[in-house]
Amino acid sequence: MRSGAAWWFVTPALLVIAVFFFLPVLAALALSLTDFDIYTLADRGNLRIVGLRNYAQLLHTPLFWQAFGNTLYFVVVGVPLSIAVSFGTALLLHSRLVKFPSLFRTALFAPVVTTLVAVAVIWRYLFHPHYGWLNYALGRLGLPAIDWLGDPRWAMPAIIVFAVWKNFGYNMIILLAGLQSIPDQLYEAARIDGASMGRQFRYVTLPLLAPIVTMVSILTIAGYFQLFAEPYVMTQGGPLQSTVSVLYFMYEEGFKWWNLGSASAVAFVLFLFIFGVTALQLWLTRWQSAA
Amino acid sequence: MTRPLAGVLVNALLLGGATMTVWPLLWMVSVSLMSPGEASTFPPPLLPDRPTVANYRELFAHAGMGRYLLNSTVLTITVTVVSVSLNVAAGYAFAKLRFAGRDRIFKVLLGALVIPAQVAMVPLFLMLKHLGLVNTYGGVIVPAMASIFGIFLVRQYALSVPDDLLEAARLDGANELRIFRSVIVPVLRPIVVTLALFTSLGTWNDFMWPLIVLSDSERYRSRSRACHASTCKTTS
Repeated sequence: MRSGAAWWFVTPALLVIAVFFFLPVLAALALSLTDFDIYTLADRGNLRIVGLRNYAQLLHTPLFWQAFGNTLYFVVVGVPLSIAVSFGTALLLHSRLVKFPSLFRTALFAPVVTTLVAVAVIWRYLFHPHYGWLNYALGRLGLPAIDWLGDPRWAMPAIIVFAVWKNFGYNMIILLAGLQSIPDQLYEAARIDGASMGRQFRYVTLPLLAPIVTMVSILTIAGYFQLFAEPYVMTQGGPLQSTVSVLYFMYEEGFKWWNLGSASAVAFVLFLFIFGVTALQLWLTRWQSAA
Repeated sequence: MTRPLAGVLVNALLLGGATMTVWPLLWMVSVSLMSPGEASTFPPPLLPDRPTVANYRELFAHAGMGRYLLNSTVLTITVTVVSVSLNVAAGYAFAKLRFAGRDRIFKVLLGALVIPAQVAMVPLFLMLKHLGLVNTYGGVIVPAMASIFGIFLVRQYALSVPDDLLEAARLDGANELRIFRSVIVPVLRPIVVTLALFTSLGTWNDFMWPLIVLSDSERYRSRSRACHASTCKTTS
């Protein structure tokens, strides 16, 4: 076999990835140990190596902790909600009693293919305290109006509702494919043994779907930690910085204040955290299947 | 529960869920046909009083929406064509061709999948600034020309291509490039289409990187950003 030909196939892609991904990642690690800022942009001579000072400083920045807490809030509430909605709709779509499965599937998937920035505009309107549909619906139910995007207590829930609406269709399709791959014979056997619908779900559907649910939750958690565009277009991090996420903080630190060293440190902290959470999940999955 | 009752329940739940899901999208279309200020009334109006396309005319005539749309389209097509080509070639080689260090390189790539793209953004910006690519299409296109995820996707699919097919082509005297073009690409068609879809959707909707690299240019603003910065205000 000519190994020379193979290199022609892989080199272009590997070169792009090496130069525009691996190199910057390593550079980010180096940069996070320097005080690279707007003065360094003007004159490289101003660059100093400061060791772990950027990281130490971050730990003493209240806004970083707030951004971290906000992001955690978004993940802890948003991910289970998002997967529950995806799972619920996938189960309904999988039912043999559905009249127009493809119509419902398309409608439920539609938000995934919309442009976030465009639909954010319409959602700002739905959330409007005076003219929005959401408060109109609350009013009809006899509930008090909520200043969704103007109240620090409600801004993050509003972002979560928006994000879940935008994203749940993606996981819904993956879970639906998983449900459809479970052989009918298993359900038949369970029925013959006298298992109720609930028991069939508990002892056939759930165990067979577990690997897919694990994969979906790992990917969704990693994705939700990277919250940025939603608060950027909906609230600009406000009110009272209640929707500043870690990446939003990084963006402002790096590209508004030009503290590029410190911004790189933020990116690395986020990466290490996502990495830790993912590793923990994989470990838990293995531990559970071993037990 | 009886079967007919369950059927009604399932369909009613789906109808409710689907209506709630498409509601914002349908209302967006309806509002876009309203005259200025009409949407800011209570209760929120369902349909425009007198439908008008004035908002659209304004967008294309004065706000330059046509050019933004064209920018985004050209950008998306370029990124998709280039990155799908490079990823398919590399994914196929990782699955079916033998070269020194193949498995070790692939393991490194696989491991790097967990690194979020944002980690690379700050140095990437400095690098592209150095190359003079900030505020140009190039700044968006160049880093997106290949992706680990794309290579991985193609490789997993290409593993199922039988080796006999390649051997037969080699015996017939086809060179490697010819085999790739005439044998492999047709077989990989389904995954190529899937990857092209993922890539174009991702590029079209990408927000953070274009926001950074096209930071202060009016000329190269793509649609996502155009909408955010100015034109969407005409509808709100």
